[in-house]
Amino acid sequence: MASLARRRATDYAVKAISTGFAALSLVFLAWILWTLLSRGLPALGPHVFTKITAPPGAGGGLLNAIVGSLIQIGVALVIGTPIGLMCGTFLSENGRGTHVGNAVRFVNDVLLSAPSILIGLFVYQLLVVPFGGFSGWAGSIALAILVIPVVVRTTEDMLNLVPIGLREAAFALGAPQWKVVTFVTWRAARAGIVTGILLALARAAGETAPLLFTSLGNNGWSISLNAPMASLPIAIYQYAASPFEDWVALAWAGALIITVGVLTLNILSRLVLAKMK
Amino acid sequence: MNFAPETSIDIASAVNRATAPSAEPKLKVEKLNFYYGDNHALKNINFDIPEKRVTAMIGPSGCGKSTLLRIFNRMYQLYPGQRAEGKILLDGADLLGKQLDSTVVRSRIGMVFQKPTPFPMSIYDNIAFGVKLHESLGKAAMDERVEWCLRKAAIWEETKDRLHTSALGMSGGQQQRLCIARTIAVRPEVILLDEPTSALDPISTSKIEDLIDELKQEFTIVIVTHNMQQAARCADITSFFYLGELIEVGPSNEIFTNPREARTRDYITGRFG
Repeated sequence: MASLARRRATDYAVKAISTGFAALSLVFLAWILWTLLSRGLPALGPHVFTKITAPPGAGGGLLNAIVGSLIQIGVALVIGTPIGLMCGTFLSENGRGTHVGNAVRFVNDVLLSAPSILIGLFVYQLLVVPFGGFSGWAGSIALAILVIPVVVRTTEDMLNLVPIGLREAAFALGAPQWKVVTFVTWRAARAGIVTGILLALARAAGETAPLLFTSLGNNGWSISLNAPMASLPIAIYQYAASPFEDWVALAWAGALIITVGVLTLNILSRLVLAKMK
Repeated sequence: MNFAPETSIDIASAVNRATAPSAEPKLKVEKLNFYYGDNHALKNINFDIPEKRVTAMIGPSGCGKSTLLRIFNRMYQLYPGQRAEGKILLDGADLLGKQLDSTVVRSRIGMVFQKPTPFPMSIYDNIAFGVKLHESLGKAAMDERVEWCLRKAAIWEETKDRLHTSALGMSGGQQQRLCIARTIAVRPEVILLDEPTSALDPISTSKIEDLIDELKQEFTIVIVTHNMQQAARCADITSFFYLGELIEVGPSNEIFTNPREARTRDYITGRFG
């Protein structure tokens, strides 16, 4: 049996090691944020939000990329959220312990961890090749495929947290299942479900790979979903590796915009969660 | 001691002795067997539940009393693998059969659970939810119904100024009375109470016991309880279950003072269970 002194020493060592690694991970996060802020902030200016992308030295901005990203993420959410919500609801309410439920859950987990470039290639084969061109639709659908598994997983997890007793109480009043789900179960889990949708949105906002082969990017002003569409991640990808100073600066500005956007969403989702609880 | 599975308990005469002239039983359980998968949980139960009386079901954990309660409103049907055989007649119609829809059975036989289960919505909406499932009332009629059932559940005075605030902000005892109000609001004929006070403090418990006494004027009440004093206080009829069998049923005062069966006596005197 270990002596008290030895136990104390072990306790101290374990605490010190875990604190050390926690600090280490924070160091990298702070480093990334610092680099982003120190390079991105000076590059930010009204022109970033008012002018569209332009050749090097012509004083362009990122307006078309910002709008393109917003449109594609918006369409992806409109497509992906209902599918993810319904699928997650099925898994929790009807699919527990069934073969179909287990299969769907497994496939969803695979999709959740699939490399996003695969999703891009899949949509390229499915929509870009047959319809003869890159388009905002293809980009949106690729992002939707990225959104769905995140929403499915969080929806199922959140619904599983709703006590069985609450469902039984609603059934005991004579409610049919669809009313139990929509009026009671969803409502009880809504904070978590909303958080999941926001997290999915945050993930979709930062992805480049699914857009490379689908919406391609567009240096002109276009908000048509039938044409190639600009997006922030693609603009960053193009500009960051270029030799032109003003393009590199815009890439940093774009990266900062995405990061701040995603961070805001995360904070927002936490506030929503706290408020609903 | 040996109890043949065919043991049939004539409670009609017992009820007659305990209460006013008895009409047809509200619920008549006939040769009921129940299975959780391969586990034979209730064995050949024959049991009459009289109208507008409080019938208590007591027995050690796992004896099948809650199982029986959950068969009365077909709650078991939510779970695949649970299976009932036999008949339960509600005013003569078999509620396990196909002729009655489960939503109809549940609107006629309400249930209040062990833990208070308020829905995450306002006090008013908690009640309106159940009512809207079966009736379409105008606003005035709905307001009236909400007040009526909250008064019945003796919680109107505490809630009338906060009807549109979340029900989750109430105390446990208030939540449980809200759940009773919500059940009454649907105007069922039978109310099933599954250990309704086991999660509550003594004051809330006594309020709910008073309430049960009030409610039996209008409703048939079946209560599962682990608290034998509660059964003795509230119930007209008490039934004792053991290992999936109905051992004895009769007027509460007889069960608690002079049980016929040795196992009932052992249980109520605390020798097992």
